[in-house]
Amino acid sequence: MKLPRVYQTEAIIIKRIKLGEADRILTLFTPDYGKLKAVAKGTRRTKSKMGGHVELLTHSSLLLARGRNLDIVTQAQTINSFMALKENLKRMSCGLYISELVDSFTEEHIENRDIFSLFLDTLHHLSEAKNNDIALRYFELRLLDYSGYRPQLQKCANCNSPIKPIANYFSSSQGGVLCTECGYQEPPSRTLSLNALKVLRLWQNCDFTTASRVNINPELALELEQTLRDYIKYLLEKQVKSTAWLDRLK
Amino acid sequence: MPTAEPIARLIEEFSKLPGIGPKSAQRLTYYLLQTPAEKTEALAKAILELKQNLSLCCVCFNITDTAPCVICRDTERDHSKICIVEEPADILPLERTKKYQGVYHVLHGVIAPSDGIGPDELKIKELMARLGDGSVTEVILATNPNTEGEATAMYLQTLIAPLNIRITRLARGLPYGADLEYADDVTLTRALEGRQEM
Repeated sequence: MKLPRVYQTEAIIIKRIKLGEADRILTLFTPDYGKLKAVAKGTRRTKSKMGGHVELLTHSSLLLARGRNLDIVTQAQTINSFMALKENLKRMSCGLYISELVDSFTEEHIENRDIFSLFLDTLHHLSEAKNNDIALRYFELRLLDYSGYRPQLQKCANCNSPIKPIANYFSSSQGGVLCTECGYQEPPSRTLSLNALKVLRLWQNCDFTTASRVNINPELALELEQTLRDYIKYLLEKQVKSTAWLDRLK
Repeated sequence: MPTAEPIARLIEEFSKLPGIGPKSAQRLTYYLLQTPAEKTEALAKAILELKQNLSLCCVCFNITDTAPCVICRDTERDHSKICIVEEPADILPLERTKKYQGVYHVLHGVIAPSDGIGPDELKIKELMARLGDGSVTEVILATNPNTEGEATAMYLQTLIAPLNIRITRLARGLPYGADLEYADDVTLTRALEGRQEM
């Protein structure tokens, strides 16, 4: 089938780099085409018709024309500009962090509707939530799920034996929780408290409303953050750059 | 057809410039070949001097051939107002308005977490040092009105607020000659918020 010359899609803008005098290359995350790059011409000019509609962290409806290398954005209309998110430094930084995660975990032109709705929902949660930490951790855990890296939390990821209700271990390389014996034998794994395990198990299987009802003390929040951050770093084989900035804002 | 070595070399150098492809590079080279020698020498000299004599101003970090730069040395200007911009190129349009009499501070970038650019990569420490002596009464945040520019402005606000200095941000709204039909809702919201009595 011949592809149409122009096509319409909604998208969240996750990255922008400058191109030439007044153009930008946008990285878009769309429900139908997954991640894709497109040129937005003239958007750096003050009087650009599209400028504000293709800002970072904006949910827009776009019309794209197929180009030889990159497609070209020909029309843009904002669906949601997430103003509440952008007016607060902390929230905006969280938004930029999840964009970087989406960018790192996805490949171009591979559709993933689950990640798209998770991303969009999380931007809404971040705009409203008092506690950004839960929204971020829930997002990370779900993103791992939808990208095929769901951590094994029900039984030992090494020996398959049931997990006892005590402090266990979490291994990034095994992709899940380890029983006390296996964890002891694998030094790079970190201890995982029973509470942390319970919270992760719950979040893996519930919606955000339920997830946000969990009461998390600062110590547990830090443990969850470190565990997921280590696992993500292991999978991506690099540090997520925005984390340095998030740490600084704390 | 083999090209003479100097011509080929210049074509190659030109095509490294932004926006210039091999064809334009060729045209420029052959154009220069026809122009009188004194004109090409003037061009070559201008290019050489670009790097030789320029450095960053020790006060505002604008690009300058004197230390400190012309703007920072000017005693007629109001040194109690500092306008903070992202890049040296942003000073030019502001100066063209002839409406601003204060001085500048160039950050040389914006906070971009996903590129790993934080406050330490920008001239923020230097800005805070400038603000420390109490002679500055107003700071005008003129970073670009986009996500990263706003983030930088908000971060600077948190740093400067305790110093009891007036902090202002360039107005955000509709550009002159624009069309309401195409305005996005962030711009329009700001324009409504900032509407003025006529």
